Amino acid sequence: MKIGIPKEIHPGEKRVATTPEAAEQIIKLGFSVLVETGAGIGANISDDAYKEAGAEIVDNAKTLWEQSDIVIKVRAPERHPELTTDETDLLREGGKLISFIWPAQNPELMDKLASKQATVLAMDSVPRMSRAQKLDALSSMANIAGYRAIVEAAQHFGRFFTGQITAAGKIPPAKVLVIGAGVAGLAAIGAAKGMGAIVRAFDTRPEVKEQIESMDAEFLMLDFKEEGSGTGGYAKTMSKEFIEAEMALFARQAMEVDIIVTTALIPGKPAPKLITKGMVESMKPGSVIVDLAAEQGGNCELTEKDQVVVRHDVTIIGYTNLPSRLANQSSQLYSTNIRHLLTELSPEKNGEINVNMEDEVIRGATVIKEGKITWPPPPPPKLSASPAPQTEAPAYVPQEPPKASPLKQLLPLIIGGAALFAIGAVAPEAFMAHFTVFVLACFVGYQVIWNVSPSLHTPLMSVTNAISGIIVIGALVQVSTPDSTIKILAGLAILIASINIAGGFLVTRRMLEMFRK
Amino acid sequence: MSHSLVTMSYIIATILFILSLSGLSKQETARKGNYYGMLGMAIAIAATALSGYVTSYEVLLGALVIGGAIGARAAIKVEMTQMPELVAIMHSLVGMAAVLVGYANFLDVSHPLIGVEKTIHEVEIYIGILIGAVTFSGSVIAFCKLSEKISGKPLLLPGRHWFNLLLLIAAVVLAGVFLQQNENGSAVVPLAIMTGIALVFGVHMVMAIGGADMPVVVSMLNSYSGWAAAATGFMLSNDLLIVTGALVGSSGAILSYIMCRAMNRNFISVIAGGFGSTAGGEAAVIEGEVQPIDADETAQLLLEAKSIMIIPGYGMAVAQAQHTVNEITKLLKEKGKKVGFGIHPVAGRMPGHMNVLLAEAKVPYDIVYEMDEINEDWAHVDVSIVIGANDIVNPSALDDPNSPIAGMPVLECWKGGTTIVLKRSMASGYAGVGNPLFVLDNTRMLFGDANATMQAVLKALKG
Repeated sequence: MKIGIPKEIHPGEKRVATTPEAAEQIIKLGFSVLVETGAGIGANISDDAYKEAGAEIVDNAKTLWEQSDIVIKVRAPERHPELTTDETDLLREGGKLISFIWPAQNPELMDKLASKQATVLAMDSVPRMSRAQKLDALSSMANIAGYRAIVEAAQHFGRFFTGQITAAGKIPPAKVLVIGAGVAGLAAIGAAKGMGAIVRAFDTRPEVKEQIESMDAEFLMLDFKEEGSGTGGYAKTMSKEFIEAEMALFARQAMEVDIIVTTALIPGKPAPKLITKGMVESMKPGSVIVDLAAEQGGNCELTEKDQVVVRHDVTIIGYTNLPSRLANQSSQLYSTNIRHLLTELSPEKNGEINVNMEDEVIRGATVIKEGKITWPPPPPPKLSASPAPQTEAPAYVPQEPPKASPLKQLLPLIIGGAALFAIGAVAPEAFMAHFTVFVLACFVGYQVIWNVSPSLHTPLMSVTNAISGIIVIGALVQVSTPDSTIKILAGLAILIASINIAGGFLVTRRMLEMFRK
Repeated sequence: MSHSLVTMSYIIATILFILSLSGLSKQETARKGNYYGMLGMAIAIAATALSGYVTSYEVLLGALVIGGAIGARAAIKVEMTQMPELVAIMHSLVGMAAVLVGYANFLDVSHPLIGVEKTIHEVEIYIGILIGAVTFSGSVIAFCKLSEKISGKPLLLPGRHWFNLLLLIAAVVLAGVFLQQNENGSAVVPLAIMTGIALVFGVHMVMAIGGADMPVVVSMLNSYSGWAAAATGFMLSNDLLIVTGALVGSSGAILSYIMCRAMNRNFISVIAGGFGSTAGGEAAVIEGEVQPIDADETAQLLLEAKSIMIIPGYGMAVAQAQHTVNEITKLLKEKGKKVGFGIHPVAGRMPGHMNVLLAEAKVPYDIVYEMDEINEDWAHVDVSIVIGANDIVNPSALDDPNSPIAGMPVLECWKGGTTIVLKRSMASGYAGVGNPLFVLDNTRMLFGDANATMQAVLKALKG
């Protein structure tokens, strides 16, 4: 089958759907590749490079669209400025198209393509699952957009990102806030971190906290319990209370940070407005906001799509073509994604494609099959890359000890009380005085020891051991009796008790000397 | 010294002892607490020596000086790893002294008593000797077990509970005989038999207790030595002895209780002995491949990690690896790693054993954490190193109800990144339990003597 790579026609679009390296691989799969002349110019790729890779150069778009069985593009088909006709019309009847489509936003385009009996695979509809990662063009592009966002910000920001102490004075590091830690957000964190900035990040999905922290950025916690994870790894709309708490956090941060990168998107909805006019006003003069959601209306109220504007001394960047501003890199990644998709589509490597609707990945990407709109696909399973929901409770559930019956609880008390009364009934007064002292001392011991720090258990034991050498007193009062047997016994008792006293106190001292902060 | 002055000195000594114990419950005040204890003891001995009871000083001074010298020498010489043994043998000395004082008091007929007072006095002597003898023989066995002179495995005689009961009944019956025969002066025979029974009881009790419960036993014997002193106090009508004995006795009991709670074990069942043999059913057999690792790879893992937790166990004490471990800790901290120590309450062979060893190696105590402080945080630990510990990191305590250590809280290191287990060979721990941790996917085994392997890791880290 013939694969056609037309030149992108969207104004400012510099990417190309296939690089010579990818073309070579695609040819190995059994396809032949046609490239419109000048298709790679924007990405610094010459026609000769394609020729070397074995592709055929075609003079104009019309021929290319006519000859190709499969057309592979970056942007969705639109009106051709030179041919004054729509790219959709150029597509041959029953032809195949692979590109970004955004079916939700472009229902007319979908209808038109369907009426051409086309088969369309949308790169933006590739399901987000582990197996499909290698053909996930959205992630590739988001990665580039995140990186480029920081580069753009750096260009408009009048200071260093990194902190330095120089002979000419101290330079504080720039503070960067990244809102939304998806692929783009994480790429922005990485880039900003690499340039030496202090990076903070916020996301409604708590499971990304670890990812943010793994990039050495600070995760801004919102003291609010609400899970922001929707299906397919995207965020969902949050409750009103949550948004209020979130906005308060942003308002505080806006006053502090120098650069804000917003990447908050909710699938199929306009981007949430997170940075208000007031927040922009509160930012320091010279600050920069890069709004990666500009395409969907922007996260900042003052964002203007495709424009760089300065409002209240803050530069607001609303470019929607950040990947295109890194055209060579984007083209490389995109064409790799495309190549992987073709590999999936052509398992036999015979240059034919089989749109196998049983295959989950292909099913998800296919939005129109032979004129029938198959979008949206059945809902994807929960994103497999996200960790399984962790339960707070450990596997072992501590069993409540069976409650003893009241009688059983009281029994020791009753027995103890009865025993005490029995003693009290017969014991002489002198004994009772000692007994009182004894019981009170037990309670003092209990009170004193209960809160002992576990690290001191050993010193405590050796000191109580030394103190229990007090038994020496018992021997002392007996050692002076004339009876020699008693004298010997008492003398021996003094001897061993004093070993205890000296040994216990000294070893405790030795141990305590070692404890240090 | 007048009688009132002696009593006043005793009160001061008592207060000092209480201050001493309360001082010992916090790091900041611990040293002061120890000095209070010394001062209290000095006052108590001096006041007694100068009181009217004492008239001849040759034996007294001689015994005090010789005993003190022996004790001081032992305190200076002892290795920190041998602390449990030292403490155990010292408990036995208190028990022995109580027995001797009891006999001396029994033989002393200079203060004739009559009626109930006489009976009570005799019961006091009897109980004092009984507790003293149990403490003595129990501590000696504990000492032998701890110093591995005899096997640490619990010795479980068939019908051991009946045997204990028999001994108890015999002791009670003998008490009756003793009281009767004392009327006609031949009571020393039942007293001697009872002493023998008490000694057997002490031996049997400690023999039946398994190695993992040794910390409880040590603190329990500590408690007994206090009760022995208190009983002696009753016998001699000496309030200082009663108070001090009760203080030590109750503090030891509390400590044992804290230990038991840390192991989620019933106090009574530990004392009654035979722990580890009562769980019904077979413990799950551990199957799987262990994944060995060498010192260089360990060093590599440590260098890649950000947060490292070290879990020491008795094996570290045996191998004397604490100094090497501290060197590694220092090196890693210099490299900007977060290093901590996770201490299980019953790690080692006596309460707080690991803390003492780490303190000896000059590990600062603010990076030494208790189990409760860290068990929530394992997710943030990249690498944990288990040095010579087994039961305290055994996941089957949590998930295998048939495991002998089921229900004991353990350090859940497997919830962290990688766990490196240092072990001499693939043998079971002290409780004789297989450990599924060793075959987990994120566990690596580093075989060899803990000190030697740690030295090798240190060398690799220095690169």
